[in-house]
Amino acid sequence: MHLIADRLHKKFGAITAVADVSFTAEPGKILGLLGPNGAGKSTTISMLAGLTTPHSGKVQIDSATLGTGAHPTKRKLGLVTQEIALLEELPARMNLEFFGGLYGLTGAALRARIAAVLELTSLSDRARDPPNTFSGGMRRRLNIACALLHEPQILLLDEPTVGVDPQSRNAIFETIEVLAGQGRTVVYTTHYMEEVERLCDRIVIVDHGRVLANDSLSGLLASAPVGNKLTLKYDVAPDAAALAEIRNLPGVVQVDLSGTEVSVSANDLGTAAPRVLERLAARGFSCQELTSRRANLEDVFLALTGRTLRDT
Amino acid sequence: MSATFTAFRALVRKDIQLFLRDRRAMVISVLTPIVVAAFFGFLFAPTGSGGNPVSRMKVGITDLDHSALTKAVLESLNQDAALDIQELPEDQALQLVRSGKLRAAIVFPADFEAAATGALVGTGGPMPDVKLLYDPSQSMIRPMVAGLLSQHVMQRLSRPAFIGTAKPIPFNVDNVAVTSGPRYNSYAHSFAGMSIQFILFMGIDAGIALLLMRQEGMWRRLRAAPLSGAVLLGSRVAGTTLIAVMILAVVYLVARVAFDVRIAGSVPGFAMVACAFALLAATTGLMIASLGRSVGATRGVAMFSVLILVMLGGAWVPSFLFPEWLQHVTEFTPTRWAVDGLDAMTWRGLPLQSAYAPTAILVGWSALFALIAVWRFNWEDN
Repeated sequence: MHLIADRLHKKFGAITAVADVSFTAEPGKILGLLGPNGAGKSTTISMLAGLTTPHSGKVQIDSATLGTGAHPTKRKLGLVTQEIALLEELPARMNLEFFGGLYGLTGAALRARIAAVLELTSLSDRARDPPNTFSGGMRRRLNIACALLHEPQILLLDEPTVGVDPQSRNAIFETIEVLAGQGRTVVYTTHYMEEVERLCDRIVIVDHGRVLANDSLSGLLASAPVGNKLTLKYDVAPDAAALAEIRNLPGVVQVDLSGTEVSVSANDLGTAAPRVLERLAARGFSCQELTSRRANLEDVFLALTGRTLRDT
Repeated sequence: MSATFTAFRALVRKDIQLFLRDRRAMVISVLTPIVVAAFFGFLFAPTGSGGNPVSRMKVGITDLDHSALTKAVLESLNQDAALDIQELPEDQALQLVRSGKLRAAIVFPADFEAAATGALVGTGGPMPDVKLLYDPSQSMIRPMVAGLLSQHVMQRLSRPAFIGTAKPIPFNVDNVAVTSGPRYNSYAHSFAGMSIQFILFMGIDAGIALLLMRQEGMWRRLRAAPLSGAVLLGSRVAGTTLIAVMILAVVYLVARVAFDVRIAGSVPGFAMVACAFALLAATTGLMIASLGRSVGATRGVAMFSVLILVMLGGAWVPSFLFPEWLQHVTEFTPTRWAVDGLDAMTWRGLPLQSAYAPTAILVGWSALFALIAVWRFNWEDN
């Protein structure tokens, strides 16, 4: 099923939370909604889940327009909230019975679905325990399991890995990949660029409620102003004349100084790196540490907004 | 079975499971009204035979006359079971009343016997002034002591030794307690009052829990399901009502077994009033959740409001002790009808028809609270 956000617009009082947001999530694919905190991701998810009515625009599931309340199209959606929404005192199985009941599941059908989602999230052996005895990662996995009982064709995950350890995060990623592999449409919001790089087939970058970019990872990286970054650490910060000299080297796009750390953006690192090192050494600056990396979504976001994701 | 009904049932069952799961909270919600009601019931138990022992009023006497009449009156007062008499000089009596150690003090003036006898038989001369010193913080004491004093003086003064007539007071008082039930049980009223108070508190907690659900994301999750607002709020009311009925049932079971509180009137009438009140508690919670913004502020305002309602409803002290104008005002509070309804079906022993008005009024208030809740409920996810 296709999930289509069509020119969504939402205001809270005088504040515009989401402005003219459009994108399409496709079956079997994971769409990442990437942006800093307060970018409008959760408001967008609320509209996609039928929790909030947009002031203008609409959400469509294939050809049907999504409504709020008891609208039947909501049955096709599964929402994993950013907050862990569980009944902490009741055993995991009772939590699942409750959430299954909300979608009209009873009897053998409910039991079968509970067994399936427990297995999918690797929680079968903890079904009798209440979530308040679980680790953070297990609680997140149960949170996801509760959204899967009614076999939604579209899954909305609002920052589902907040506060979990890397191992649990990987387990959650694997679950999401299995679900997408089964043909489900997945929308995944996060402010961690590593997560969308790892998971998503398509990435929508949002900031201040607006879509800044909408492309595949390779497409977005291709749009980055530089291909690579070189970081050099010195005992003493290079002076302005030294920085001006390396800024004029062939292939160097940008040079920044932060403390005693020099960042050099270059399209051809093989050519630029030896020259930068040589010129600075000639001026008496001895490099203590050197790292290089290829451009990532952080650079794309920086190029689009003038800020890094971590700054926001 | 429709998917909507299945969802409704799941929501109600969840509320009851959560209530039963938290054993400590469940025990407290049942035990607290029992303990407080037992205390109030004991305090207001009838005195004398079968009830609490009589608490005698400490009253000082200063006899400046030292006559045969004042000695006889003093002897008579000493024999009164309601009084604990101490004979004292006037200044000491005044000091003890002022410090609260005596409820009142009586000062017989010099020449009391001569003046009182003369006044009674009409031989002229002014009536003597008997001074009654009393503690103004206990205004009920003054008329009681004045009445007892008049009774004992008249009994002694009208004897042949003083004025030569025969019968002192020409009638006896036969005390008849009027209830339709077997006998008055003060615990019945206190259990009604305290059940109402603490179940309303439970209603507040249910409302606060809904506010917390909104803060913690559970509400978003529930609203993501294809369920109408009527199902989400209606199930909340149904769950809280059932829990309130369960608490009432357990509290009254204990009241029956341990304190002999009987439903002397109509059992269906009692059930009607109890269910209507449980519904009121649930809709009160829902209204609180719809009007409240932050948990802290909402809890404080709600507690204050409920305490006022409970106080005016006569849950702490019976409403007939209120001034008349206040008794009329309290007829506009649902708690007054809840207390009176439960009283009517328990110790007053009234028939089913007497439960109709309290039930209808409680259901009416519940409907009003529910309407306000639905009207003010913020459905937007902001």
